[in-house]
Amino acid sequence: MKFIDTTLNRRTALKGGAAALATMAAPAIVRGAEPSPIKVGILQPVTGALAQDGEYGRMGAELAIEDINKAGGIKSLGGAKIEMVFGDARSTPEAGTQEVERMQEAGVSAIIGGFASPICLAGSQAAARYDLPYIVDVGVTDQIIQRGLKNTFRFAPGFSLCTGAAIQNLVKINEASGKAAKTVALVHEDGLFGSGLAKLMAAELPKYGFEILELIAVPTPSRDLSNVVLRLRSLNPDLVIPSTYYGETVLLARTMQQQRVRPKGVYSVLNGAASNRRFVKEFPEAAENVMDCNHWHDPRNEKAVALQKRVEAAGKIYNYNVPLNYSCVGLLADAIERAASGDRKKIIEALGTSTFAGHLMPYGATKFENGQNMGAAPVSTQVQGGDIKVVFPETFANAKPKFPANG
Amino acid sequence: MFSPTIIIEAMINGLLTGAIYALVALGLTLVYGVLHIINFAHGATLAAAMFAVWGLNAAFGIDTYWTIPIVTPAFFVLGYVVQRFVIGPAAHGDDGNILLITLGISILIENALLAGFGSDTRSIPSDFSFAIVEAGPFLLSSARLVGAAGSLVVAILFWLLMSRTDTGKAIRAVAREKLGANLVGINVGHIYAITFGLGCAALAVAASLLMPTFYVNPRIGGAFVNIAFTVVVLGGMGSIPGAMAGGLIIGMVESLSGLLLGESLGQIGIFIIFILVLLLRPTGLFGAKA
Repeated sequence: MKFIDTTLNRRTALKGGAAALATMAAPAIVRGAEPSPIKVGILQPVTGALAQDGEYGRMGAELAIEDINKAGGIKSLGGAKIEMVFGDARSTPEAGTQEVERMQEAGVSAIIGGFASPICLAGSQAAARYDLPYIVDVGVTDQIIQRGLKNTFRFAPGFSLCTGAAIQNLVKINEASGKAAKTVALVHEDGLFGSGLAKLMAAELPKYGFEILELIAVPTPSRDLSNVVLRLRSLNPDLVIPSTYYGETVLLARTMQQQRVRPKGVYSVLNGAASNRRFVKEFPEAAENVMDCNHWHDPRNEKAVALQKRVEAAGKIYNYNVPLNYSCVGLLADAIERAASGDRKKIIEALGTSTFAGHLMPYGATKFENGQNMGAAPVSTQVQGGDIKVVFPETFANAKPKFPANG
Repeated sequence: MFSPTIIIEAMINGLLTGAIYALVALGLTLVYGVLHIINFAHGATLAAAMFAVWGLNAAFGIDTYWTIPIVTPAFFVLGYVVQRFVIGPAAHGDDGNILLITLGISILIENALLAGFGSDTRSIPSDFSFAIVEAGPFLLSSARLVGAAGSLVVAILFWLLMSRTDTGKAIRAVAREKLGANLVGINVGHIYAITFGLGCAALAVAASLLMPTFYVNPRIGGAFVNIAFTVVVLGGMGSIPGAMAGGLIIGMVESLSGLLLGESLGQIGIFIIFILVLLLRPTGLFGAKA
């Protein structure tokens, strides 16, 4: 195409037809040609251990692409539509890399997703070889943005931003309650994520006057957490901080309710359950008052609330992955719009200078520094009355924290 | 470090969990004892049974315990059919083939569940899940007490079936001497299939007893089956009382070592037992005759 275009241009120019030149320079739509779609790779683990999250992520991306195309596509490219090239990362970094290679062959302009840190790490690395822009949706490990890869952008907050905010939010919520909580027990899964988080909390919280009673490690999957709850009962901490995956958190909350262990608060960080609507729906009593510091949409954003209603009206569950991936697609579309091109380098440039604010997250305008969106932050949520409410920071809150929760 | 109350309660918890391990191990040990194969599809079948219980509850509002008369015969028939018409013919008399076929079936079941239900973790919310029995200073979960009692009943029924009925006699005959059993007129293919069906039926009961306190996703079977293997080795391959005793011992060991060493390190206790049994008494506690 390009070759023919330029030769035509030269010939017409040689003929000196100024009018013809103007026609050639005009956007494609004037010439009546259908603008070719921009291919975007959506990478999510929809089979394997992480499939639950991958499905939510895919749903968010699909809805965003649908909305952008309905609204007229990429206007600076004559209304070019976004075409999704979906790749199943099958919950492993190897499969994620394979899918990135396949997307590269399919000619995508950018890739969004990954969900888990290992998949994001491997996927963005593979994409970097082709100067292929890669937007990380969730992957929280700090390494993702510490490798100096020019193609990699993370829209959501990473591990240090999350834990820093989690501790600050907790300290402020506790201060507002007249320092109701003093003693803490940490229940964590024994992998990298849970133990790393628990160690960090155990090192940081004493600086703010909390006393750490014990760190309790649990395996994934756990068949029974009765003994953990027994220990909690004998330790009687004011605050329980779980950093476990979905199944274990649900089991822990259920067993605590059954064994009548009622601490003043349950405050989790980047937890698999406490900001998951399935948990809230299935065990409203066990979930009630559980707090989490995690990704969440901005409940004061009308578009976000409308998206939630739309997802729930379709009988599906709305979790943070949905608005987050929806926003990532918006972020990319905005960059393509400004780059006025499907060219990868131009998109990377446009992402680097992005001030995108049309997203659904409690972040403010986007501003990338070394690939990390510095405006990103998690929020503290609490299950109240069978719903997940944002309780901190106040600028985004739609409810007040209920703390201490049990008398 | 821990008060006696906590230690005793942990032991009771261990016994309650162990009873369920025993029930899961029951099917495994039976199939091993008779067919001399390790059924790799055991975990996937458990997951399928748990989904069946969940589905009956979600679709028709049937209480988990009332699903037992539905899923148990259904899984018996399913097991019978799979052994009679899939595993048996495909094995061509070679045990190595059976191993691969059951592995294949487990992959098939897990992915079918994944396709059908997605990978969501699901549970059955009911008030009974949170009911407790107060026994002195102990708070015991009613659902888990029912689970342990149910598993004991199933074990007794199995034992009666094996020792008092003609079918049981035929199963034992086939287990001991396949050719001989065939010579005296026992239909070996039929007995194989019955045994496999019984194994699946035990899993169906286990699924109904587990669901009030546990959750299900397509990969959940693995959580129980690794333990069940240890129980089978400890109790003696093919022994029903062995599976029962093995389950209770493993449950107790896991619970106590979990309490004293921490939940993740506590798992070591189970595997130390596994290795010790293999070293010192390879036939298991009740498996001398095998």
